Amino acid sequence: MSWISTTLTSSLGKKLIVGITGLFLCSFLVVHCGINSLIFLNDGGEAFNIGAYFMATNPVIKIMEYVLFLGLIAHIVQTLLLALENKKARPVGYFKENGNANSKWYSRSMAILGTLILIFLILHLKHFWWSKVSGHLAETGETMFAEMLEIFEKPIIVVIYVLAQISLAYHLLHGFSSAFQTLGFNHIKYNGLIKSVGVVFSLVLPIAFAAMPIVIYFGIIK
Amino acid sequence: MSERHINIKLKVWRQKNKSDKGNMEEYALSGVSTDMSFLEMMDTLNEKLTKEDKQPVAFDHDCREGICGMCSMYINGQPHGPLKGVTTCQLHMRTFNDGDTIVVEPWRSAAFPVLKDLIVDRTAFDRIQHAGGFISINTGAAPDANAIPVPKENADEAFLAAQCIGCGACVAACKNSSAMLFTAAKVSQYALLPQGQAERYRRVEAMVAQMDKEGFGACTNTGACSAECPKEISISHIARMNRDYLGAKSTSNAI
Ligand code: SF4
Ligand code: FES
Repeated sequence: MSWISTTLTSSLGKKLIVGITGLFLCSFLVVHCGINSLIFLNDGGEAFNIGAYFMATNPVIKIMEYVLFLGLIAHIVQTLLLALENKKARPVGYFKENGNANSKWYSRSMAILGTLILIFLILHLKHFWWSKVSGHLAETGETMFAEMLEIFEKPIIVVIYVLAQISLAYHLLHGFSSAFQTLGFNHIKYNGLIKSVGVVFSLVLPIAFAAMPIVIYFGIIK
Repeated sequence: MSERHINIKLKVWRQKNKSDKGNMEEYALSGVSTDMSFLEMMDTLNEKLTKEDKQPVAFDHDCREGICGMCSMYINGQPHGPLKGVTTCQLHMRTFNDGDTIVVEPWRSAAFPVLKDLIVDRTAFDRIQHAGGFISINTGAAPDANAIPVPKENADEAFLAAQCIGCGACVAACKNSSAMLFTAAKVSQYALLPQGQAERYRRVEAMVAQMDKEGFGACTNTGACSAECPKEISISHIARMNRDYLGAKSTSNAI
């Protein structure tokens, strides 16, 4: 095996891929949240539609869409491999375990939280991405904003979206700072900053995302 | 605190040998002095079992003062019990109350197979050490060490890492059975000192490879290891190991 594959298949190497792809996915969340937040302007979706059109047609963004999918798949595959290996590392479990005495529940539940987010993501892609690539939007001449208004009419969808954002918040609360530790960034000068940025990040983004279906459902934004 | 006498119930893992399936057994112990250490309480149980013509509970112990790292017991869901920064031998019965049920289990990890009752085979740690946790040349006596200037912070930090007693509580606590805190402590104690520099990269590559080979899981940064470590080794050492490993892999001459 070459040194590259030895490195990337080692426990530390796999973690590295999870950390890097995780941070990359975070950068995507920022862009996604930024553009979607244009609906809060309450201008009938005008600004948002311009943003959505740009994202759908700009060639650089189109290439980045493939990179994003690759990053997402790498993140999922690597964490899955690690989770299976970690399971194998303790074939016989404990009779009594007191995990809360030494760690946070969400830190120990990253795989479950991630799976919940993945299930949501499939639904979310069906809602908004498929209508774009299948040509549904082009056919009907409907805008992305109109699509949003239509989908968030159903209360069950709104509930699912909000629950998914709660999963995302906890996933980020551990994941953001954890990625830095994996990359070796642990320094008294920056630990506080990483921790606080992580907390703000994992609150602000999911709250903004969760607010979107809510305000649309209640007709505050139309 | 004055001495009290308490009655307790114990649930202890019993397993005849490596291949036995094993099970939890219940025992009652009355009049246990709260001044006893946990191991003395286990001794009392064993005396009782011996008198009843039963097999005493096998458990590891040696120094009984928190320095050898032998007393591996998973007590009430935590390695070395509920107190922070202590080993089982430093845990006293005053931590428990009259009528308590105390669950005692061995470390659980594929890399630490149970040999008998509460005794596990921790030679996997030895093999990680043998892979690179040393300095190959003679570094001389104390005066020679003093001839090389070492910044005080580095000396302190290396000393904190060197406090690791190889007890395995980090592995036992970790939901992934990861040995990264142990390995990182051993990597760090040399990485911070001038004598450790010559083999710094070779060491981390070899020790991480051995750690993976032993079948320990991979760290997910829950921090449980450090919270349960009797020597309170910081996870900042794991970050240092990650840095050194990636640095070593991308720049060393080993292809
Ligand atoms: S790092 Fe702490 S818990 Fe792990 S072996 Fe060393 S002393 Fe024990
Ligand atoms: S018996 Fe030596 S540390 Fe507990």
